[in-house]
Amino acid sequence: MPTLVSHPDEVKIVSRRFGQGAADIEKYIELDGYKAVQLAISQGAEMSNWIINTMKASGLRGRGGAGFPTGMKWSFVPKVSEKPKYVLVNGDESEPGTCKDHVIFLHDPHSVIEGTMIAGLAIGSKLGFIYLRGEYRYLLKQVEKAVADAYAKGFLGKNIFGSGIDFDIITQTGAGAYEVGEESALMESLEGKRGVPRIKPPFPAVVGLYGGPTVINNAETIANAPHILLMGGEAYAKLGTERNGGTRLFGISGHVERPGVYELPMGYSLRKAIYEVAGGIKDGKKLKAVVPGGSSCPVLTADEIDVGLDFDQMGKAGTMLGSGGIVVLDETVSIVEFAMRVISFYQHESCGWCIPCREGTDWIKKTLTRVYNGGGSKKDVDNVQYLAENMMGRTFCPLGDAAAMPTLGFVKKFRKEFEDYIEGHKAGTPLITVEQLVGAGH
Amino acid sequence: MADVTLIVDGKQITAPAGTLLIEACKSAGIEIPAFCYYPGLSLQAACRMCVVRIEKQPKLATACTTTIAEGMVVQTETPEIAQARKATLQLLLGNHPLDCPVCDAGGECELQDMTFKYGAAESFYAEPKNHREEQKWSPVVYFDRPRCILCYRCVRMCGEGMDVFALGIQNRGSSAVIAPNVPAQLSPDDLAHVDCEQCGMCIDACPVGALTSGTYRYKTRPWEMNHVATVCTHCGDGCKTTLGVRSTSDGSEIVRGDNRDKSGINNDFLCNKGRYAFDFANHEDRITQPLVRQANGELKPVSWEIALDHVGKKLRELRDTRGGKSIGVIGGNRLTNEEAYLLQKFARTVLHTNNIDHHRTADYVAFAQSLAGHGERTASLHDTLKAPAVLIVGGDPTVQSPATAWNLRTNVRLNRAKLYIANAAEIKLRRQAKAFLQLAPFGYNALAAYLAGDEAAALSATSDTAALSSFRDAVKAEENLLILIGSELRGAELKKLIDFGLTIPGAKFALLSDYVNSRGAADMGLLPDMLPGYTPVGATSPMATEYAGPNALGLDMLEMFDSADRGNLSALYVVGANPVARYSIDPATLKNTFVVVQEMFLTETAALADVVLPAANLYEKAGSVTNSYGDLQQVSKAGDRAGVRTDFEMIVRVADKIGANMQSLVPFGKGLRADMGQTRGVQSGEADRHAVWLTANNMEPRLSPFDSFAILDEIQRLVPGYNILRLQLLSGNDQHLSPAATPLVQISNRRDLVVPANDTLFTSGTLGRYSTMLCDLQQNEILRASNLTQIQTAAD
Amino acid sequence: MSTVTNTIFSPELAARFDHLVTIYPVKRSALVPMLLYAQDEIGYVSDAAVSEIAVRIGINDLEVRNVLSYYSMLRTKPAGKYNVQVCTNISCMLRGGYGILDHCKKTLGIGHKETTADGTFSLEEVECIGACCWAPAMQVNYDFHDGLTPEKVDVVLQQYRDGQGKDVK
Ligand SMILES: Cc1cc2nc3c(=O)[nH]c(=O)nc-3n(C[C@H](O)[C@H](O)[C@H](O)COP(=O)(O)O)c2cc1C
Ligand code: SF4
Ligand code: FES
Repeated sequence: MPTLVSHPDEVKIVSRRFGQGAADIEKYIELDGYKAVQLAISQGAEMSNWIINTMKASGLRGRGGAGFPTGMKWSFVPKVSEKPKYVLVNGDESEPGTCKDHVIFLHDPHSVIEGTMIAGLAIGSKLGFIYLRGEYRYLLKQVEKAVADAYAKGFLGKNIFGSGIDFDIITQTGAGAYEVGEESALMESLEGKRGVPRIKPPFPAVVGLYGGPTVINNAETIANAPHILLMGGEAYAKLGTERNGGTRLFGISGHVERPGVYELPMGYSLRKAIYEVAGGIKDGKKLKAVVPGGSSCPVLTADEIDVGLDFDQMGKAGTMLGSGGIVVLDETVSIVEFAMRVISFYQHESCGWCIPCREGTDWIKKTLTRVYNGGGSKKDVDNVQYLAENMMGRTFCPLGDAAAMPTLGFVKKFRKEFEDYIEGHKAGTPLITVEQLVGAGH
Repeated sequence: MADVTLIVDGKQITAPAGTLLIEACKSAGIEIPAFCYYPGLSLQAACRMCVVRIEKQPKLATACTTTIAEGMVVQTETPEIAQARKATLQLLLGNHPLDCPVCDAGGECELQDMTFKYGAAESFYAEPKNHREEQKWSPVVYFDRPRCILCYRCVRMCGEGMDVFALGIQNRGSSAVIAPNVPAQLSPDDLAHVDCEQCGMCIDACPVGALTSGTYRYKTRPWEMNHVATVCTHCGDGCKTTLGVRSTSDGSEIVRGDNRDKSGINNDFLCNKGRYAFDFANHEDRITQPLVRQANGELKPVSWEIALDHVGKKLRELRDTRGGKSIGVIGGNRLTNEEAYLLQKFARTVLHTNNIDHHRTADYVAFAQSLAGHGERTASLHDTLKAPAVLIVGGDPTVQSPATAWNLRTNVRLNRAKLYIANAAEIKLRRQAKAFLQLAPFGYNALAAYLAGDEAAALSATSDTAALSSFRDAVKAEENLLILIGSELRGAELKKLIDFGLTIPGAKFALLSDYVNSRGAADMGLLPDMLPGYTPVGATSPMATEYAGPNALGLDMLEMFDSADRGNLSALYVVGANPVARYSIDPATLKNTFVVVQEMFLTETAALADVVLPAANLYEKAGSVTNSYGDLQQVSKAGDRAGVRTDFEMIVRVADKIGANMQSLVPFGKGLRADMGQTRGVQSGEADRHAVWLTANNMEPRLSPFDSFAILDEIQRLVPGYNILRLQLLSGNDQHLSPAATPLVQISNRRDLVVPANDTLFTSGTLGRYSTMLCDLQQNEILRASNLTQIQTAAD
Repeated sequence: MSTVTNTIFSPELAARFDHLVTIYPVKRSALVPMLLYAQDEIGYVSDAAVSEIAVRIGINDLEVRNVLSYYSMLRTKPAGKYNVQVCTNISCMLRGGYGILDHCKKTLGIGHKETTADGTFSLEEVECIGACCWAPAMQVNYDFHDGLTPEKVDVVLQQYRDGQGKDVK
């Protein structure tokens, strides 16, 4: 069972109820649960505008990875629509290094339910879906129970909180596919199809699930909504930096003393997050590199970590805030080995729809595996770079970029290490101990 | 829709709003490469070959999914784009077997062409390629997985285009693969197979050589064949099929059929028969020498001279001693118009008999008479692709006229056409129908009566009378309705339905029949009571004045055999037909009849003949045919077989041996016919009307009696409605004809004698039995069916 | 009573499936969960399960297979009673994930996607399971085990052997 961690620098908003038994609906209510949705309803005719304006004021940006302003996303949904509108909660959390939604579903599932209701009220939807990755079965049970409890209390279903509005929630499970985390692929999966993304435009806000206008948000994004409504958009915004409102959950993992999920204000120093919040590098070793926001983000070297953890600052630093999964690598790690493991993940998870991603990830993986197994030549580094450069921006969906970006980061920033490795000077202690590497799932 | 103007490669182009960039460019002559894009099928954007640079967009955009916008500025061939395409090709080739030298698609491969263009030939991968054995999915469909580039064209073609859904995509990432619907583990031979209509459209759609045809694989290379575009011989749709022909020691052999340039009446489509069932032409049982029955009862090969002499002498003798009325003539549904016309003219003017018939597969006489005076109301096959609403009464286009079914599905998919179906069977097209009315087993006549206003007929039409009345209301509310009628409706009932249809503004009609030229056979007067163009025998008409034939109605097909049975039929001349099998004639019936059969094979009918003349088939001759709809197309000679002759030539030669006046049978040459008509006047009956007509139409007389164009000229001159545009015909285009029957004639109580061929997708009359591929496919179906029952029983 | 006569599933699961196809705006949305739940009951997605699910959803078998083969948790061959899934993705790898995998291989005597002779355990190397901050981690069926060491793995496996392990379904 995931252990909870804590640090004085944390600002607990979305994690406020963690560890307090809030999965129980009574406890959740006691801790201000379902107040936000009632507050929204009390706005009467202004409810939708009020919610959207509050969300806009909060500066909340999507926690799924791309950081799109949530209030704005909700405002794109047409007010009038022939087809039903839907709210879709993305709990597919599969980006390596990311386990924050896991904790939310475990400790505070009702916040996701309440957030879904709020999004529904904002866009005029009557049906929400909470989609969890298939591996999260025990969390799905927990969420199913929470939904059932909310129905039992009359919070969900007909005429919620006397508003005259009906709202239902259906929980859904995936069955093992990273690509299904991509919003349109998730809709395909929810429609019982292969998890292949859709052509955009049209965007989900206009044509989404079952062809209806759909808001899709990450679970953490949604779980923030009740807190934002209760504390006010401006108050939430002030916690963070300009254009990056509030706080977010950071999962710090890898070679740190105190790995865990911490809620830090946006813009918090990456260096402090590693050295203070997470207790520094494990066993007193030296820092080599950081993958700052899940495995698809370009790597930062040890001297590039004086950067604030928000979308804009990370962008300026040439990487991304991504899904908030900070993976820390100490001096013993071989970048060749690490890069190979990263690309084999994307190769395994490519849906196979488009040529550059399907074939590109496959060839980079094959080449790096050969390099790793000792059969590399200097030209391989160029080939890998060439392949990644020719995938960037050319694939059907961002998974191709997610594979190409870290690859480019590794070969550009650690080119020498690749070349040395090929010449037989292997740095680091091998992490992969299995004899013949095939890669997961093959 | 309003037009949009944009700039592509510095050139201003205009196209209707809503057009895809890739199509807009194509119409402006700018070809954008694409593997996954296929016009009319759903968009994929999967191959990323069509990437272009659109000003103000951060990334390269796919032209296949971009709709044009006013003022858009697009670059389609910059170094950046070329590099993107080159990289994509390199990625594809990484795992591609590069077995072009032995690949069927070599020379016709889009991947090859693209690689040539973008120079992505060098391979920089050290890893071995993923090898997989080729798979035989059916007798006609083979799959080579390593060659597949996953463009998903086949999957969409099969699902969206064919409504079959036999192909899917399985696994994911680099393991993704096209998979057929019968997985190996459920197959008795532990190999994966397709359970489908075997149309081969997936092969056509495949841009590379991943899907190949069972009939063509490893036979030859595309550039070693001559490609002859002609018309498929199998069903009444008359699709254009391109036959790949290779020279052999005894002629030229057809090795491939496909829809090469997609320029025909069938657009993209070709069914399995059009694609594969040309192989009867190469069948080893072909008769290649004339056979004459000897005193001992045996059929013995003889020279052409002896055979023709014998036939000529015998027919002349029988005509002169027992009278033309004692001779019967039966023509085929796969003859050209020229041959059918010539045959009936030969019968009427040389043999002096009206005892002429053919295997009728729809009642075209009643059809023509019902539409007399409404020539503009006959539909072309093209209308099935465009009509906003379609009513289908009877028939099952999916199996009987597959191109019609394809067009209808396409029309529903792309134009949201409304399909109304009334049928006693749950035909497959009902899946596209807006309304499907299930008729009682023999409810067609009652339906026609009900539609015509007889409310009392409702219960005989269907048990669901509520559905019936709303069906009628919905149909009545349509405009420009296309009404397709199956062979179930005939005579007076057919007329009732047509009369009902005529009340609908803009309604058009077509009567669906079997075989390539059933319609032509009827149009050309292979009938005991109708001259060409549905001119009644005995009535005064311009045509009758030129025919010195008998005035009395002739015997129809069944009457001829009755007559033979009574010993009154002295001779029977059969050209390309197998009535003995079709009408289950007792062989003894013909024991006192001199039977001449022009045939490819020793069919049940040929086996009873006194003389068998080896005939060429439709793929070995030139001429024209008319499909069910009345669309005329040119047939070109593709194959050739030493020893056989065209039916046209044989009829001419037989007539010659009989001693007929050749120039009045076939208007050729100048000679006697040089009279320009001025001296004696055109009404005298003596004038050379043909020569006058030729001159008036700026045409030269034909020089040879074997030139079928001479007969085509006469058809055009004499058959009402056959106003053929020569340029259309000669350039391989189809043209719609509306033969107009004289409105004076009422539909009598004549026997329609319609016997539908009941062909399936894998049969084609007698001919189909000689197609190895069709036989294999039937066998395949039987195996599959028995297998299915096994699986079902096992599961119980 | 199930809407499908002769169902291959238990009455409970059949009833659940009957319900599942009714809750969504389109029936087909039930497909992925049904495949997973069918696998939970049978141990894998059998051909018979494919056919019955196809009937329940109203699509053809091929479409079910297209979807089935896409998702990595779904399998068409039986696995062990307890499927041990060891994460070796980056966070786990940094904290000894491969060591855990090796240890499992040795103690169970099987390799990736193999099953012990007695059918109790099967082993799989999997991608990130969302337990990065508590790495290294593994799942046995649906239950998570994190902060693993070889010793802890032994304890966990023994619990399952003894029938004491939690079997989340
Ligand atoms: C390949 C890929 C995988 C993704 N996986 C996830 C995921 O597991 N969870 C998630 O919330 N968003 C994921 N996303 C992002 C979603 O597409 C989408 O942007 C997000 O759910 C929107 O929610 P937000 O605005 O609240 O961030 C993924 C995107 C891509 C391209
Ligand atoms: S995907 Fe392909 S074909 Fe297709 S055009 Fe586009 S990218 Fe293209
Ligand atoms: S990397 Fe192992 S659980 Fe995330």
